[in-house]
Amino acid sequence: MISVLTGFVSELRQVGIPVSMVEAIDAAAAVEHIPLADRTALRHGLAACLVKNAHHLEAFDAAFDVFFAHQPPLDEVTAEAPSEVGDGGGAGTGTGEADVEQIIAGLVGALSAPDYEALQALARQVVGSLAGIQPGRPVGGRYYLYRVLSRLGADALPARLMANHPGVEGLERTLLADEYRARLNRFEAMIEDEIRRRLVADRGREAVAKTTRRQLLEDVDLAHAPRAEIARMERIIQPLARKLAARLAHRRRHLRKGRLDIRRTVRHSLSTGGLLADPQFKAPRIAKPDIVLLCDISGSVATFAHFTMQFMYALSAQFSRVRAFAFVDGVDEVTGYFAPGVDFHDAIGRISREARVVDFDGHSDYGNVLERFAERYPDAITPRTTVIVTGDGRNNYRPARGEVLAHMAREARAVYWLNPEPVRFWDTGDSVMREYVPSCDGAFEVRTLRQLEVFVEELAMAAATHSTAVKV
Amino acid sequence: MTGFSSPGEVADALKSVDYLPDDRISQVVFLAERLDKPVLVEGPAGVGKTELAKALAQIHGRRLIRLQCYEGLDESKALYEWNYRKQLLRLQADEGADWAEVEDDIFSESFLLERPLLEALRSPEPVVLLIDEVDRVEIETEALLLEVLADFQASIPELGTVQAVTRPLVVLTSNNTRDLSDALKRRCLFLHIGYPEADREREILLTRVPELPEQLASQIAGVVRHIRDQPIRKAPSVSESIDWARTLLALGIEEVDEGVTTETLHVLLKYQADIDKVAAELGT
Ligand SMILES: Nc1ncnc2c1ncn2[C@@H]1O[C@H](COP(=O)(O)OP(=O)(O)O)[C@@H](O)[C@H]1O
Ligand SMILES: [Mg+2]
Repeated sequence: MISVLTGFVSELRQVGIPVSMVEAIDAAAAVEHIPLADRTALRHGLAACLVKNAHHLEAFDAAFDVFFAHQPPLDEVTAEAPSEVGDGGGAGTGTGEADVEQIIAGLVGALSAPDYEALQALARQVVGSLAGIQPGRPVGGRYYLYRVLSRLGADALPARLMANHPGVEGLERTLLADEYRARLNRFEAMIEDEIRRRLVADRGREAVAKTTRRQLLEDVDLAHAPRAEIARMERIIQPLARKLAARLAHRRRHLRKGRLDIRRTVRHSLSTGGLLADPQFKAPRIAKPDIVLLCDISGSVATFAHFTMQFMYALSAQFSRVRAFAFVDGVDEVTGYFAPGVDFHDAIGRISREARVVDFDGHSDYGNVLERFAERYPDAITPRTTVIVTGDGRNNYRPARGEVLAHMAREARAVYWLNPEPVRFWDTGDSVMREYVPSCDGAFEVRTLRQLEVFVEELAMAAATHSTAVKV
Repeated sequence: MTGFSSPGEVADALKSVDYLPDDRISQVVFLAERLDKPVLVEGPAGVGKTELAKALAQIHGRRLIRLQCYEGLDESKALYEWNYRKQLLRLQADEGADWAEVEDDIFSESFLLERPLLEALRSPEPVVLLIDEVDRVEIETEALLLEVLADFQASIPELGTVQAVTRPLVVLTSNNTRDLSDALKRRCLFLHIGYPEADREREILLTRVPELPEQLASQIAGVVRHIRDQPIRKAPSVSESIDWARTLLALGIEEVDEGVTTETLHVLLKYQADIDKVAAELGT
């Protein structure tokens, strides 16, 4: 067990889940209290020790499924399916259409009941007869799942199931369809489980794990992620935005005096026999961060822009002193679109329709944008403002006007630049980062949420050094 | 610890006090007691995080001590405070007395105000300590909590170190509005509670709203699941589905359809944009 556990922990680390020594030891201790045959218990127990971030649970489950796959021999059901592993190239085709039709009829019955034991048996049967698993082939489980589902005509199953309920209408019908979908999902999971079991028996855990690894959300490339993936990030961005804001607010804590601290005042006074001679003040509690966001939403960074807008949205939802601006070759303030209670997608829709971000031809022009910004919003930046620019700095060979950013940097508390391109591409082609970087307090490659987190952490460090400098 | 011998026993005990756990919840609670570790419960609002701590106190017959966190919570509210009013009175009453003597006196037990953490440490009977919504405190206060959880002791300069008399069972909850420190997370077992599966939600409804007809409970669980699948800003939680069940009962409704659902959506959903979206999706 311990060796499996060690392998499992190193697989989790491979995936990017940070498992510390202490946590690995906890897991080993936990295993002592779990009957090893109980996979569900083992899954939840290990997860509790090893995963401390809900967004990592999916990747954990994927790894767990492989490392703790059911070990053969499972039971006699597999023996009933003759055309499985070892059947050679044409495996799976040995089952005729008539047989498949019979399986589907059984499946419809089991799904309607629902009879999960029958579904479990069916899952084993269909993987045996329809997946055509070939030993030694380095194919991931998804491929076989797809094969099984298409042989079963899974796409047609919902309609077929619903056809048994002609009288059910309206909301009731919608709910019934939901219920069938939930059962089908469970059946699919059973098939996947069975496929995994066989693959692991054939190729071993480590090899299979490599093909089924689930990328963590924080490592997804923001520039190329599908929209759906970006949307899932919403929930991670919220806490991160808060953390950033807290860091920026933290900076200012040491600069002002806050409310009278009665506790400390009294304590001081006790040494003078109760004379309240020396009032003590609390650090001000909640300082509001003062942030200006300038966000490139041009076509070259469309996906990244969607993400940075989410970040803007998260920040503005919580802090009133955030002003957001979007730009392409012109710039417009979009703070108002993110008013509290507004749906993010509605806001994005309105911004793309209404914001005046194009002055000329719709190709990025950072120079013009900076100039217009300075001209139209002279009061946006004060010595307390932190400016964050997000964009690739690709300027279509137009004047960069680095001196305008330099001027902004002198006015502002700090200027940071977040660029979705790898650093090695900066200053290649029409990228003019070299014109801007010298004015920035920091310029960061931010292609993933993990890198965004690094930026936030770095701000915290900057804040810490800054505040000691002020105190001295 | 009284000691359950299996997660199944934990589940039964929780059910007996009207808390319906899933496999994960009972497993993690079981392990936390076995390994003597705090549990960090994370999940959206209204899924039963706080309620779990209350239920644990109940099944163990322990007192629940709750530290409700908020922005600005500090040591004087979390751990202890000197009763300065009383101290001053004492000083004034004794003018001219020997200072060292007075000092010893005013920093003694009877001038100490116990806050939840200290109360839990000094309780002669083991308690359940609930540190609720820990993501709301600032990082400095989180560090204080961590210190206490690490050694189950706290130091009060004037009194010395206070060591826990009995070991509390500790539950921390978080809505994850802020990332907690790695150090705190490492110290705890992690329990994510999401929205329940339809079957469990139905059971929760029937437990919490006993007058609810079974058929209606199933429908409510189904509608709520459907709404959670929509791309909305704030999905309805268990607490909202319970509210909805009560509303439907009060209105004398025995069966939900599109019309009823749409008219009462404001009980389930907080944002008008979400209400409009779901109403449109239901085709009314
Ligand atoms: N598993 C459950 N069993 C019984 N009731 C539950 C369960 N989960 C949630 N509830 C109900 O939902 C309500 C909200 O739960 P609460 O613990 O306050 O949520 P939160 O997660 O925000 O702390 C509780 O009052 C309780 O009635
Ligand atoms: Mg709560």
